[in-house]
Amino acid sequence: MAKDEFTEFKLVGTRPDRPDGLDKVTGRARYGADMSMPGMLWAAVVRSPHAHARILRIDTSKAEALEGVKAVVTRADFPEGLTGEEWNLQENTIAGDKALYDGHAVAAVAATSALLAQDAARLIEVDYEVLPHVIDVDDAIKPDAPAIRPGAADATVPEGMPANVVRYIDFGHGDVDAGFAEADLVMERSYKTEATHQGYIEPHACVGQLGADGKGEMWVCTQGQWYIRKMCADVLGLETAQLRVTPSEIGGGFGGKTTIFMEPLSLALSRKAGGRPVKLVMTRSEVLRATGPTASASMDVKIGMTKDGTITAARAEFRMQGGAFPGAPVDMALYCAFAPYKLKNVHHIGYDVLANRPKCAAYRAPGSPMGAFAVESLVDEMSRELGLDPLDVRLTNGVREGDRASYGPTFGSIGLIETLEATKAHPNLLVPLGPNQGRGIAAGYWFNHSGETSVSMAISEDGSAQVSVGTPDIGGSRASIALMVAETLGIPYEDVRVNVVETGSLGVNEPTHGSRATFASGKAAVVATGQAIKEMCRRAAAEWGIDEDAVEWVNGAAQPAGPNAGKFPPLTIREIAGKMGETGGPISGHHEGLPEGVGASFGCHVVDVEVDPETGHTTILRYLVVQDAGRAIHPSYVEGQYQGGAVQGIGWALNEEYIYGEDGRLQNAIFLDYRVPVASDLPMIDTVIVEVPNPGHPFGVRGVGETGITPPLPAIANAIQDATGLRMTHLPMTPPKVLAALKAAGRG
Amino acid sequence: MSKIHVTTTVNGDQVEFLADPRESLLDCLRDRLGLTGSKEGCGTGDCGACSVRLDGTLVCSCLVLGVEAEGKTVETIEGMANGNELHPLQRKFVEHAALQCGFCTPGILVAAKALLEQNDNPTETEIRYWLAGNLCRCTGYDKIVRAVMDAAAELRGEAA
Amino acid sequence: MRYHTPSTFEDAARLAAEASGITRFLAGGTDVLVQMRAGAVIPDDLIDLKKIPGVSEIAQTEEGGWRIGIAVPGARLGAHAGLCADWPGVVEGMELVGSTQVQGRATLTGNLCNGSPAADSVPGLVAAGATVEISGPSGLRSAPVEDIPAGPGKTTLQPGEVISAILLPPRGTAGGDAYQRFIPRTEMDIAVVGCAISLTLDGNSIASARVALGAVAPTVLLVPEAAAAITGTTLDDDALAALTTAVEAACTPISDKRGTAEFRTEVAGVLARRVAKIAYARAKGAEA
Repeated sequence: MAKDEFTEFKLVGTRPDRPDGLDKVTGRARYGADMSMPGMLWAAVVRSPHAHARILRIDTSKAEALEGVKAVVTRADFPEGLTGEEWNLQENTIAGDKALYDGHAVAAVAATSALLAQDAARLIEVDYEVLPHVIDVDDAIKPDAPAIRPGAADATVPEGMPANVVRYIDFGHGDVDAGFAEADLVMERSYKTEATHQGYIEPHACVGQLGADGKGEMWVCTQGQWYIRKMCADVLGLETAQLRVTPSEIGGGFGGKTTIFMEPLSLALSRKAGGRPVKLVMTRSEVLRATGPTASASMDVKIGMTKDGTITAARAEFRMQGGAFPGAPVDMALYCAFAPYKLKNVHHIGYDVLANRPKCAAYRAPGSPMGAFAVESLVDEMSRELGLDPLDVRLTNGVREGDRASYGPTFGSIGLIETLEATKAHPNLLVPLGPNQGRGIAAGYWFNHSGETSVSMAISEDGSAQVSVGTPDIGGSRASIALMVAETLGIPYEDVRVNVVETGSLGVNEPTHGSRATFASGKAAVVATGQAIKEMCRRAAAEWGIDEDAVEWVNGAAQPAGPNAGKFPPLTIREIAGKMGETGGPISGHHEGLPEGVGASFGCHVVDVEVDPETGHTTILRYLVVQDAGRAIHPSYVEGQYQGGAVQGIGWALNEEYIYGEDGRLQNAIFLDYRVPVASDLPMIDTVIVEVPNPGHPFGVRGVGETGITPPLPAIANAIQDATGLRMTHLPMTPPKVLAALKAAGRG
Repeated sequence: MSKIHVTTTVNGDQVEFLADPRESLLDCLRDRLGLTGSKEGCGTGDCGACSVRLDGTLVCSCLVLGVEAEGKTVETIEGMANGNELHPLQRKFVEHAALQCGFCTPGILVAAKALLEQNDNPTETEIRYWLAGNLCRCTGYDKIVRAVMDAAAELRGEAA
Repeated sequence: MRYHTPSTFEDAARLAAEASGITRFLAGGTDVLVQMRAGAVIPDDLIDLKKIPGVSEIAQTEEGGWRIGIAVPGARLGAHAGLCADWPGVVEGMELVGSTQVQGRATLTGNLCNGSPAADSVPGLVAAGATVEISGPSGLRSAPVEDIPAGPGKTTLQPGEVISAILLPPRGTAGGDAYQRFIPRTEMDIAVVGCAISLTLDGNSIASARVALGAVAPTVLLVPEAAAAITGTTLDDDALAALTTAVEAACTPISDKRGTAEFRTEVAGVLARRVAKIAYARAKGAEA
């Protein structure tokens, strides 16, 4: 627990054991599927085997006749008349007139055992009229593509666009044509990325209970219990406050557990089964087929550069499909794509396109990795063409505080230059490379986020402190919040307990998303703690009979300040807390709002690869993540975010993809063939935590969860070019693709 | 649907349960015996979150039928600590921040313990291949591998 | 589903012959349980063979070969010094099946009977000239391993027949075998291509060889033309080129989610060259 030398803090920056560590290494921690309730039933879901089909008839009679079956629901059990995103959520929960993708839920059943529920689900008969489907984004945007949801386009879409375009985006600044005319080199390339899945190891699971009186409760693995509550209430037509949602421990989310998929089904079944609780646990196959993978993208990028590497103009046109519903993160992808670069002239165009695939959800910096793949690949290729060091080109064009961002706003304090300099100084860049080996670098960006936040804290009778937060702890946020509160109070880390609470305990909190938990809940916790400190100072002042403004809080105790300094011995938190019952009652603090002062973060990755010229297989030899954290509250968990993000990016770059057959069915809905990186695929992941403190946070936090997945895609493509001379423009860069490219280039 | 009576030893305790022959050992541990420390991440033997020892052999409990446990010994994560005394692997995982969400952790700990019992000084590569069937999506494996190496060193009596 | 635990292969065969619905044998269970879980196959009768005496044993035969029980998991093969010394290619094929956890359960017989053209342990067995002992309603018979697969998910076993042992011939002197597969990751994948070669030497010259390929045809292939290409050679560059040509000519793969036909054919040749060199070195006495 050595304190980092350069900080002025006692606790912030140290690496204590996480508060939930013991539960998680002993198997005691309770995740979504670990809860059982008295009288509980088990549910199973019937899913469409077709990518696009009209539902002609659903016959549930055989299932209902099976002994032990207590309820069957179809769309007919859900309210009508929803619109907009509420309708989208309901439609995605259970299909109405049409099944829109392979895996789309059509019916659900609850029975007295899991096996019985599965048997019953197999007895439900559904007649489909199979319709033409479309999977690939470039096919889906063609004028003659099957129209998936006529009328779904919003007001941004000009007349005459193809039927599946539901949103159109067009923004920029400067004069790109003039900018390209100034350039010594103009290059334009097209890139594609395939859909990937967050791949959290815990499948979605919940136990839902809903009575005929409209009151209910739910235990669920989620990143955001209030989102689950509101979405379930909307989809089922319930009064939101009548539903109480308790988050379980969460086995990974990465954005994929910020929304609902099957949760309303358990409530609908429960209501129909007389209010008995209903447990619903997805299989891995259901997770891959019917939760929220990323969008897939098709992207054109054009950049102009002078001989010294200065970018004169840039243009991007991105097309993304996010499934059969609007919501592909094409906007975010465009905002982030050129964010590392100071651009006088830039133009972005985006299309959100429907396809017969599951409704996409957020995945770690949604959109940003795709945009970075395209832009960072082209910047690298142009740097090579001009004989320039790719890091120097990024330094030449890199944004600084006060620069206008490519997407419009003016950057506050940011740490891109510091990040690039730290990268340049790292010894990994000096390691000599052997035959068939190459080195690639790339930068990446994420805004970070704040959002609706409500936190309460209270001092206990013995001077320990409890903190109630609404952001589930996915990767150590209890530890980071406890560190900040303990630092603020001046008490030991172990004396703070951080509880992630259910929806009845606080006002609305957004989920743990956007890298916000340590920033937003942390900032609110520090403000709330400040209120409690102020109250403790007031109690001390009352005891001493001095003005409360003449008391300061130092090292966990109130002490007289100013003219009264030294007149009374300090009153410790323990002493004040011990008699709070007689001095005015409970001492607590509460803060809610939209914490301001979000600090964006940049990262830069360097990867060394070796490509087997006979098989096209890429091995990651060495990997370096450099990223600006603002301030690392618990450096181990900051490193963990960097490493985890990088490895997810490695998977996306090399092997992970949704593979569909001609029939529109997902062919790899199993971890055997949806190939996430395994331990033996990887080296250690080196990290450098750059700390350019965010002035908008009491300890300088920016947020660290998301930026790390952004640079790996282009960094690996750039390394493969360095190793082979081949420019791979379509992810994933699987061995068959790389070998085919080698053969085509006469090198295989 | 007739159930089968199974008598088996789990973490040293003799236990009995009734199993449908279609139920996996994982189902029986979790739903019949209330031992929810072993997790189901895939149900196909591809993620290792359900790792247990069956008569000492490391297996995926999702690939074993509950009825196959008859007369055997089963060791799960719940039996890894000796009362309040954690196994060195458990302690090192917390110390090294080798878990983020913690869902894969029980399976990885059970698998790593099996490794260290047959190889007290594994190389980084040996650890990575031994644990290749234990997916972790959060950590990128770096801190897991370090924690296992450090625990092995402690078990060998070497200072970390 | 009925669960049976016969104590003899005769009983197992009888149970299978009498069963009217879907029947599955349970050895390691690493395929059957996955199919049950997915709802792809829900047997009416599941016949657990692990209670039959001897099924977990590895024994040397009188001729100096090996008899491997049908429930011996991969981890036990890898721990058996004698078997590893004689048939390292067979053992390394089996050891590539799944994870450490799967190695605690999965068996050679199960891998064979699953009928996958990509089964990692089967090319090694075929190259080794292994046979299987089959118990059936009309008693015992034996068959070469390459005669068992009939196509993806299918075998030539008749209703009521059950494999009761795998038999490896004596290795003899100056012999070596090896198996490699190509996968996109480093572990946990199904082979995109696999190749096993077993050969014997007469001095520096290859006296005999068997070449088997996985995942390039509906079944694991034995490729006599590829064996002929290296027999009588010292595995010089010409022989390796001829081997590549013969192997590529034998491939009739499909393009699927794991690889394209072109890729499989190309990499089959690559693996054949790599595997031949290892088998040759082992025959010369190199450590497995």
